[in-house]
Order: sequence, then C-alpha cells, then structure tokens
Amino acid sequence: MNKMEKALSELSGMDRLAEQDSPLHRIHPSAKLLSTVLYVIVTVSFSKYDLSGLFPMILWPLLLFQISGITLRSCFYRLRIVLPLVMAVGLFNPFFDRTPVLKIGAFTVTGGMISMLTLMLKGVYCLMASYLLMATTGIDQLCAALRKMHFPRMLVTLLLLTYRYVGVMTEELAVMTDAYQLRAPGQKGIHISAWGSFQGQLLLRSMDRAQELYSSMLLRGYHEHFHYADVSPFHWTDLLYIAGSAAVFFFFRYFNTARLIGTFFVR
Amino acid sequence: MIDFQNVSFAYEKGDPVIDGISFTIPSGESVGLIGANGAGKSTVMKLLLGLLQGEGTIRVGGTPVIKENLAKIRAGLGFVMQNSDNQMFMPTVYEDMIFAPLNYGLSREDADLRVDRVLTQLGLEKLKYRHNHKLSGGEKRMAAIATILAMEPQVILMDEPSSALDPRNRRIVINLIRSLGQTKLIASHDLDMILDTCSRVILLSEGRIAADGPAEEILRNRELLEANRLELPLSLSPR
Ligand SMILES: Nc1ncnc2c1ncn2[C@@H]1O[C@H](COP(=O)(O)OP(=O)(O)OP(=O)(O)O)[C@@H](O)[C@H]1O
Ligand SMILES: [Mg+2]
Repeated sequence: MNKMEKALSELSGMDRLAEQDSPLHRIHPSAKLLSTVLYVIVTVSFSKYDLSGLFPMILWPLLLFQISGITLRSCFYRLRIVLPLVMAVGLFNPFFDRTPVLKIGAFTVTGGMISMLTLMLKGVYCLMASYLLMATTGIDQLCAALRKMHFPRMLVTLLLLTYRYVGVMTEELAVMTDAYQLRAPGQKGIHISAWGSFQGQLLLRSMDRAQELYSSMLLRGYHEHFHYADVSPFHWTDLLYIAGSAAVFFFFRYFNTARLIGTFFVR
Repeated sequence: MIDFQNVSFAYEKGDPVIDGISFTIPSGESVGLIGANGAGKSTVMKLLLGLLQGEGTIRVGGTPVIKENLAKIRAGLGFVMQNSDNQMFMPTVYEDMIFAPLNYGLSREDADLRVDRVLTQLGLEKLKYRHNHKLSGGEKRMAAIATILAMEPQVILMDEPSSALDPRNRRIVINLIRSLGQTKLIASHDLDMILDTCSRVILLSEGRIAADGPAEEILRNRELLEANRLELPLSLSPR
C-alpha cells in the first residue's frame, strides 16, 4: 500500500478502536454525540481574537483521551491527511488583517495573526473531539443513536454507506496502484500521463462495486432501513455526562480560565 | 419451481447476450449451468434474481419475476456471487451473516443460533468475528456461502462456488451442496464438481441453450463439450 491509501484505510478503519473498553466507551452513544456537538458549537462560538479564552478548551479532549486510553498520537497520525486542510483555513488572515494588537520589542503582533491561530486551534479542537467520538463509539452505534434521536432515515443511511464507500474506494485504489506499479517498476507514484484514466477507472470500478454491493444488500432483504446495532438503554450516568460536559464548556466559554489562573498566581 | 420462457436480454442496445432461452427446473432438482467464458451464465442468474430485466417471462414458484414481486421472490433465493468481495459489505463475517435473518424478521437470538449452526456445519467457527476485508480469497468465498445459508433460502444459486477454494474446502462445499435439499442452480467451469453435485446440466453457448439433459450424458459427450470450448471432466477423461 502507498502512503495515501494507508492513510485513507486507517481513517476508514478508525471505528475499530471502538471495540475497546473504557468508561468513555461505555457512555451512551447519544450522550457522546450530544456532548460532542455541544463542544463543537461552543468552540466555534469563541470570538476570533479570543485566543487566550480558547486555550483551556483543549483540556476537555485531553481529559477524554486520558479516560478512553486512546492516544493523542494515534489521533494526529490518523488525521494527518485532513489536518493540513484544517490548518490552511486561516492562512491568509495575517495578510488581510494588519491591525496591530500587541508589540513585543520590534515585532508587532497583528489581529490577523491572532485570528489565524484561533481558527487553526478551533479546527484542531473540533477534529480531536470528532475523532474521540468515532473512536469510542463506532459508526454503527453512532448511526443507531442518530436514528433513535429521529434523524431522517435517508441521511443516516447515507452517512453509513458513505463511510463504507470510502473503504470500498480505498480497496480498489490499492488493487489498481499495485497493478500499476507491477508494470511500471522503479516509478514513484503514478505518472501524470496516467492520472486521467486512473481516476476515471477508479470511479467506475468503485461505482460498479458499490452497485454490486447494493444488489447484494437488496438480495438479502434490505429495504431502506438497517437493523442498527442494539443500543443499550439510557443510564443516569449518561445524563450526568451530558450535564457535566455542558457545565465545563460553559464555564470555559464565559470565564476566561487562562486569565483567572494567571491572576491567581500574580496575586 | 424455476421457469424461463423465451427469455432474451441485451446489455445496452448491444447484441443479445441471452437469446430466447426456455427451461424449467422442478423443485428440489440440482442443475449445473455450464458454458465458456462470456456464454451468459452469470446473466441468467441475474435475470432470475430480478437484478436485470429482459424480455420473456421468468417465474419462481409460479410467481413472475417482476418489480412488484421482487421482495417476496428474493426472500426465497440465496445467491452466492461470482466475486465474494462484492457480496460481503458488513465489517465482520458475523454481522454479514446476521444481516439477512434480521431483515426477514428473526429475533437476534434466533439469528445468532442460525449463524452458529451454519458456521459449525461449514467448519468455519474460527472466522466468526474476523474482518471481511482481511480474509483470504478462499475464506471469503466460504464466508459468502455461509451468509447465504444463514438465509435458509428455498432456492440456492451459486456462481462459481468452487473457484478460489483449496481441495479440502472444495470437497466441503461439494458435500454441502449434495446434502442440501433445496433447488439448486450452479454455474461453474469446474465440471468435476458439477458431475458430483448435479443430476442435470444446461449447456449455454453464446446466449442459447446448446444442450439440456442428464449430467452424465452431457459431461461424457466429448464432441459436444469441445464444440463449446469445454473439456471432458478429469474424472471422465481417459488417461
Ligand atoms: N455490465 C455489463 N455490460 C455490458 N456487457 C456485459 C456486462 N456484463 C457482462 N457483459 C457481457 O455479457 C456476456 C455474458 O456475460 P456473463 O457474465 O453472463 O458470462 P458468464 O457465462 O458468466 O462468463 P464467465 O464464465 O466468464 O463468468 C459477456 O459477453 C459479457 O461481456
Ligand atoms: Mg460469470
């Protein structure tokens, strides 16, 4: 497998981590979903200059990584192909927004620099939170939870199938690159002259396979609804988890924790 | 049980791939479908399953294969695809096997029992929780057969069931097919297997039926087989 495939297949196999066990794994999928959505909303709602306010928000995912036994390293490793995209979002801010906000010696920190960092952090935080959700819940449980919460069946099925489709495409990609490399020894990657037909073939083949897989589902009695995994009943600890995480998020949002700690030490 | 009357089919306005074929398979019979590459074996199966629509009439248990009846008909048909990669879509063998029983309204406990029974029958207990995409080609094929048996269909369609199997698994599948009482239609180039499992053979050639009769008779007919790009089964060829 080449690098790209490896990265993609790791991404699509990420929910296999969900087979492990930890206090976080045992929380109800709906509770984790709600808490994650809340986390994302709160994180995004910070103002674009509020860098110091945003810092403490990282404590929550860090805590969850600790509890779940999933390593931070695995998160960044698996997400390495998406990470640069998220980081690139704010890249041009320093050029547009040149209002000085701070002077450190001869160096002027501009609003654009701050907002770039804030955006990047927001992106990374949200990725970490989503990764945790997937890695401790798994796609099947997640879809089951969405259905329980009366999300439209179409959307949930689409989500589930898209997730699986990434896997199918990765497999086809692997087979094709292997076939290519065997007949083009010594070449690094795929020569640009073959890109067009390669992509076309990949699309056709993965569409064909998706079509066959879909037939296979139909032949085994599938009609537009999955028997999602059994979701355990909601427990009071799940409610506690939602309430607790919400309290933490709102505390971070309305009190600048970093500054609070700062004043604590200055005094 | 299965009835084709004057069925024709062409992929996208090309020449007909199936050209006016008719045959009837009574309930409980095992029929081998043989013919050179591209003769139309897989296409016949897909027509029967309603995955493709052609001209003429196809009936299963007296019910015509048309859109309105598909759900009902498919519940009784188990199809082992030529390519097992395309058949298995759930993460693990177990989940794949339980998919159809759940869709047909079995409780999870009953479905679990069924899965275990089939796995034991095939000697595949070890594969139960394995990930589908990490199985070897032959293991995948065995798992695909297991998913279909877990449906307990009245008719079993198999497209090249013995390809990719080692001699031992091939033997297991042959014995299995012989032990199943259902109506069976088996497409294969493995003529020895057909001879072992089927009482009747339909020989396809360029979308037409070139011969239809007792397996012993057709599979012994060297001229007929060679005229259709096939060879005598090993067990019947003189040394
Ligand atoms: N999706 C398709 N579109 C167009 N033509 C097709 C398609 N699938 C099959 N064909 C053509 O239809 C003919 C019959 O194909 P079919 O797959 O039924 O053959 P087969 O008897 O199963 O062959 P094999 O032994 O190789 O599996 C072949 O000539 C093939 O090229
Ligand atoms: Mg075929």
